[in-house]
Amino acid sequence: MSNSSIPGVRAETSVTSAAQTLDAPASALSQARSVGEVLAQSQVEEVLAELDRDLVGLAPVKNRIRDIAALLVIDKLRTNLGLVSESPSLHMNFVGNPGTGKTSVAMRMAQILHRLGYVRKGHLVAVTRDDLVGQYIGHTAPKTKEVLKKAMGGVLFIDEAYYLYRPENERDYGQEAIEILLQVMENQRDDLVVILAGYKDRMDTFFESNPGMSSRVAHHIDFPDYSVDELLQISQKMLEEQNYVFAPDVDTVFKRYLGLRVQQPHFANARSVRNALDRARLRQASRLFADRDRQLSADDLRTLTASDFAASRVFQQAGVHPDE
Amino acid sequence: MMTNHGNRLTQGQFSYLPDLTDKQISAQIEYALSKNWALGVEYTDDPHPRNTYWEMYGNPMFDLKDASAILTEVNACRKTFPNHYIRVTAFDATQGVESVQMSYIVNRPKKEPGFGLTRQEIGGRQIQYTVHSYATDKPEGERY
Repeated sequence: MSNSSIPGVRAETSVTSAAQTLDAPASALSQARSVGEVLAQSQVEEVLAELDRDLVGLAPVKNRIRDIAALLVIDKLRTNLGLVSESPSLHMNFVGNPGTGKTSVAMRMAQILHRLGYVRKGHLVAVTRDDLVGQYIGHTAPKTKEVLKKAMGGVLFIDEAYYLYRPENERDYGQEAIEILLQVMENQRDDLVVILAGYKDRMDTFFESNPGMSSRVAHHIDFPDYSVDELLQISQKMLEEQNYVFAPDVDTVFKRYLGLRVQQPHFANARSVRNALDRARLRQASRLFADRDRQLSADDLRTLTASDFAASRVFQQAGVHPDE
Repeated sequence: MMTNHGNRLTQGQFSYLPDLTDKQISAQIEYALSKNWALGVEYTDDPHPRNTYWEMYGNPMFDLKDASAILTEVNACRKTFPNHYIRVTAFDATQGVESVQMSYIVNRPKKEPGFGLTRQEIGGRQIQYTVHSYATDKPEGERY
């Protein structure tokens, strides 16, 4: 801090250079007159196509996101022609069971909003109750504000948002965080978009007890559970990324495994699939490890066999033989 | 003889220009963020040129992505201290630099009385000179 307040020192930054970097990307978009032009200049379609390609299933979610994107494109065209409308409320609520892709979709949503110019930076800040709510009196407000400041220009993703409101404890500091959130959601709509996420039933109670929050969240998107076939597709994608393949007979065993796993408690969709694959990798490793003198080919090292899955606890618990 | 016609404090960047608008301040903040500098909002009612350490409003702001976050703090500070000098500083934490890279005033008191020159006679008819802020004749909090 030493030399800065002496007049004239370090005054090398010119006003114009900084101003140009701020306004450059927005200018082309504001000239657009057709849907095609907006799409071409904002490259939103790329993100939508990526969303289609990378995320298995989730048809209702994808449709809703398309709808929202369409609304935003038309809104952009309206503003370009001077038809002033209030900037749309973009705060969203993602409900669904764990592992149904809420965070991944939120990340894409941030990209879409950024490309259409509704958020300036397009980064995603994912937080939970712990990041917003403090431990003692006077701790919550600065903590929440700090997080909000970090998320400005992007998307704030609050996972398990219903934890913010704890009706059983009336002195809970969560309420304070909610009030600050509401204020920013209303007054600084241009600066950040808030996405709340959580289980359906608990989010419903959360909105019922916080009418202010409910009226400020415009878009409610339901994330359905994956079917067994979709889970299989997801596992294929995960394996591809990690350079593994299934042996030819694994598909049927794994499908049977998924069928049983879905019925068990604490099933977390894609996350459970990832864990199942991780455990299969573990078994494959110990299987190969046991055979010390064998020369291992690349195929041996990448292939997961039926036996790697058949040993799973899921089959034993259900009392089912994996080959049946 | 008046050399500082508007009686405006000229410290830091842009201080010979008209007051920056919020849009211009955002642009400057955006520039600092693009360089990964940490920003701070500071205020004082004792603007002596050698008073380098102003009070910091809130915490220094690291890891922010967007100028609106800092502008929110600036506005909050303006609300709390409408008649103080407020400046935005950008600190470069890079090893070997570790210094303030930008500093500019974003809020001024409505009336700035400026500085007077004080002469002090010492031994051997020598004269020592110093500047003195008229505002600091009053106690803290009542200066502007």
